[in-house]
Amino acid sequence: MSMNNVGRPTRPEAASADLGGHETLTGARGLLQDEALIFELNAWDKTGVDLPDAPPADDLGDLVRTAPIGLPGLSEPEAVRHYVRLSQKNHAIDLALYPLGSCTMKHNPRLNEKMARLPGFSDIHPLQPQSTVQGAIELMDRLAHWLKTLTGMPAVALSPKAGAHGELCGLLAIRAAHEAAGNGHRKTVLAPTSAHGTNPATAAFCGYTVVEIAQTDDGRVDLADLESKLGDHVAAIMVTNPNTCGLFERDVVEIARLTHAAGAYFYCDGANFNAIVGRVRPGDLGVDAMHINLHKTFSTPHGGGGPGAGPVVLSAALAPFAPTPWIVSGEDGFALVEEAQGPAAQAFGRMSAFHGQMGMFVRAYAYMLSHGADGLRQVAEDAVLNANYIKARLSDLMSPAFPNGPCMHEALFDDAWLEGTGVTTLDFAKAMIDEGFHPMTMYFPLVVHGAMLIEPTETESKQELDRFIYALRALAGAAKGGDVDRFKGAPYHAPLKRLDETLAARKPRLRWKPVAAAPLAAE
Amino acid sequence: MRYLPLTPEDRADMLGVIGAESIDDLFVDVPADARRAEPVDLPFHAGELEVEREMLGLSRRNHSASEGPFFVGAGAYRHHVPATVDHIIQRSEFLTSYTPYQPEIAQGTLQVLFEFQTQVAALTGMEVANASLYDGSTAAAEAVMMAARITRRNKAVLSGGVHPHYVGTVETLAHAAGVATDRLAVAIDAEDAVIAAIDADTACVVVQTPNVFGTATDVTKIAAAAQAAGALLIVVTTEAVSYGLLKSPGEMGADIVVAEGQSIGNGLNFGGPYVGLFACKEKYVRQAPGRLCGETVDADGRRGFVLTLSTREQHIRRDKATSNICTNSGLCALAFSIHMSLLGEKGLRQLALVNHQKAVKLRDALAAVPGVEILTPRFFNEFAIRLPRNAAEVVETLAGNGLLAGVPFSRLDPAAGLDDVLLVAATETTPDSDIVFFSKVLSKVIGQ
Repeated sequence: MSMNNVGRPTRPEAASADLGGHETLTGARGLLQDEALIFELNAWDKTGVDLPDAPPADDLGDLVRTAPIGLPGLSEPEAVRHYVRLSQKNHAIDLALYPLGSCTMKHNPRLNEKMARLPGFSDIHPLQPQSTVQGAIELMDRLAHWLKTLTGMPAVALSPKAGAHGELCGLLAIRAAHEAAGNGHRKTVLAPTSAHGTNPATAAFCGYTVVEIAQTDDGRVDLADLESKLGDHVAAIMVTNPNTCGLFERDVVEIARLTHAAGAYFYCDGANFNAIVGRVRPGDLGVDAMHINLHKTFSTPHGGGGPGAGPVVLSAALAPFAPTPWIVSGEDGFALVEEAQGPAAQAFGRMSAFHGQMGMFVRAYAYMLSHGADGLRQVAEDAVLNANYIKARLSDLMSPAFPNGPCMHEALFDDAWLEGTGVTTLDFAKAMIDEGFHPMTMYFPLVVHGAMLIEPTETESKQELDRFIYALRALAGAAKGGDVDRFKGAPYHAPLKRLDETLAARKPRLRWKPVAAAPLAAE
Repeated sequence: MRYLPLTPEDRADMLGVIGAESIDDLFVDVPADARRAEPVDLPFHAGELEVEREMLGLSRRNHSASEGPFFVGAGAYRHHVPATVDHIIQRSEFLTSYTPYQPEIAQGTLQVLFEFQTQVAALTGMEVANASLYDGSTAAAEAVMMAARITRRNKAVLSGGVHPHYVGTVETLAHAAGVATDRLAVAIDAEDAVIAAIDADTACVVVQTPNVFGTATDVTKIAAAAQAAGALLIVVTTEAVSYGLLKSPGEMGADIVVAEGQSIGNGLNFGGPYVGLFACKEKYVRQAPGRLCGETVDADGRRGFVLTLSTREQHIRRDKATSNICTNSGLCALAFSIHMSLLGEKGLRQLALVNHQKAVKLRDALAAVPGVEILTPRFFNEFAIRLPRNAAEVVETLAGNGLLAGVPFSRLDPAAGLDDVLLVAATETTPDSDIVFFSKVLSKVIGQ
């Protein structure tokens, strides 16, 4: 493949001789511009910033870098154009429905962005004197109060930087509590087969052996199997509730009772908290620790994969072991206890260098204030209503994995309805792209064959849901009607056709290299 | 409720389609006594104006870095971020997209990640880099775990020059995973002690340059000693701008490099969100944590990018994964990458030189203050000084004068017995007049 550096990098030479009737000469497609890598723009001697002159460093001796680094620079207009062009190759929640189950793609209010950019929040240093950041620490304290009230839990650790980091925090608190009680021999964590992959990964990271718990035919934790696996060796159980099948664990109180009776702690993966926020307090269900993905329930933007924030609420039994820093308030105002001493003497340690994702705290708190106690309750109701509406409108054509009873905030289908059509879940998902929608979550949870997990969220209107339902019904009709070509080549109308993921894994090319590399081609 | 589009009529219609009488019918699986009839005890919803007013009130009770002379560093640095950076990261298509699971409609994010990985690899002098981690400190912890997997050894030697918060973060994770840590005594220049601590159980040596006291070190000897003993060298950097002036860790023999990328394109944000840079030798890439973006082709042979080597990750390997991480700092990595594209090699070198120049001016000004001792021999844009008084008290007094002077070392490590040591930093945002003002008020305060 040609990868020249004159602005037309991605056209394969072979194709340029035979453009067919539909290809463009440059590779661009109308408003969708082809865009080279910054390394191919011949911008090795440019810069887009104006800086004052400075003398060479004469006191650093041979520590000074002499060899070229290999970084191109763009003038400001070139940079703007480069990134705007790239941005136009992305799907985003601001463009259309983004029904990724388990990921919760909802509207991101711009007010939150504006608030996070107030200099009093964005331009303060984590280590400047605490007397000069009283407003920031108070915001953290208020956020903590909202999280504790909404979950009915007495304590919260704010520092985890993402959901999976929160899981780690929760399990470390559990481990510290066991060690303090002389129960360090408890080395097993139980997790249902439907658990997020992060749950077993986190438990293994903490040195635990993971034992799976079976699932019932109606998509819940199998109590009999749980009971048979509980014992003196078990440190904790990790359950997602609502679970990854989009269902509420009906027996959650019994799960907590059995777990506690066995001397273990109940970790709840709170990724799906938006389905119950304001209506159900996890503390009332017997949960000991639960992380809350602020980016999901309280809508901080996902930003192409992060940053997130994963505060962890803790029961009274686990609270003393929460990681530093802690917020304390007194007559002189608020203070952060940064070391494991004094009131934080039993803290299990530190999760990261500073105090957590302040930028996300600001966004989440602005979102909480905007919704209030009444609005957050409505959030849960509308999220659940929207998911059940989709499930109801599609169940005659597609096969719901758990047809009986309501789902929570996401509707799960399997691929039984595609049997005999020659269309796979993946093909169906790619065809959704051509209809202007982001595909749903595919092949997860693993317990359902060919799973399609659709999460509309509460910020979708009925009109948008109807548009989505119309598209899915039309596609389902096409699949069943034998229009396999529509699916096998899909997407046809995206910036690129289907990408070869196997090739990428077999011949990893993880960076641009200065020497013209041989073309990467499928064999 | 301005964020919720359903009308009461919509809700009634939809319940009808579902065949439910009321919304409560959809919550039947919740145990009855856990279903709350009333909203929780928190304020009800507020309009945009009210929310702004409350948030503004909180923000005004903070002294922001731009309000006065500012010399605070120790792992987070104030730099100028071009307006273009924040403008672009606020574009909907970047801001409100998710992990690029569907590469055909995520090429924007994916190409940025590929460019980011290339930039990070070049900066650190390493062969490959990942698509970012949470921050520098958690990246350091992940690197230690990775070294233990690669070497199948069980001890990490942590230099006394590593930021104490990074040490704390590493210790937390290492303790959890059963990896021992040998934390060496705090030291402004720790090279010999580090080499002496390496033995046959050592999986990795973690050194920081410039270190927490600002000392810029040539780690070539440490790299050789570690590798001769079968251990890996992990180099930590908390000030990414230093790469513009100093020899890269790769040139000095590092096996894994982790850094805090906040300095480039990202604001201070009271400690987060930041962006962890992670780079290593290519032969270790399958043991690396986090996401990787790779080049491939589409069905027409056109170049494109996908997330790749995911068989290392938690969603496939579950309890055998290299890490439990299932995200990256996407938007912060984008900000880093845009700022880096604007700087280019020329701009980065110039920025680094200006930073160093400012710090040298600061050193000269503070060295002239009676009673102040400069402790750091070779530094980039930050150094340690010894005061004749308790540093935390001096900082508090100076804050009362509207000047944020730096970080008392006792705040990072109260047990180190360095209560009179202060870390001070200067960057391109530091006017010369602020440096003069600092030396004057410091002279007055410690003379009292």
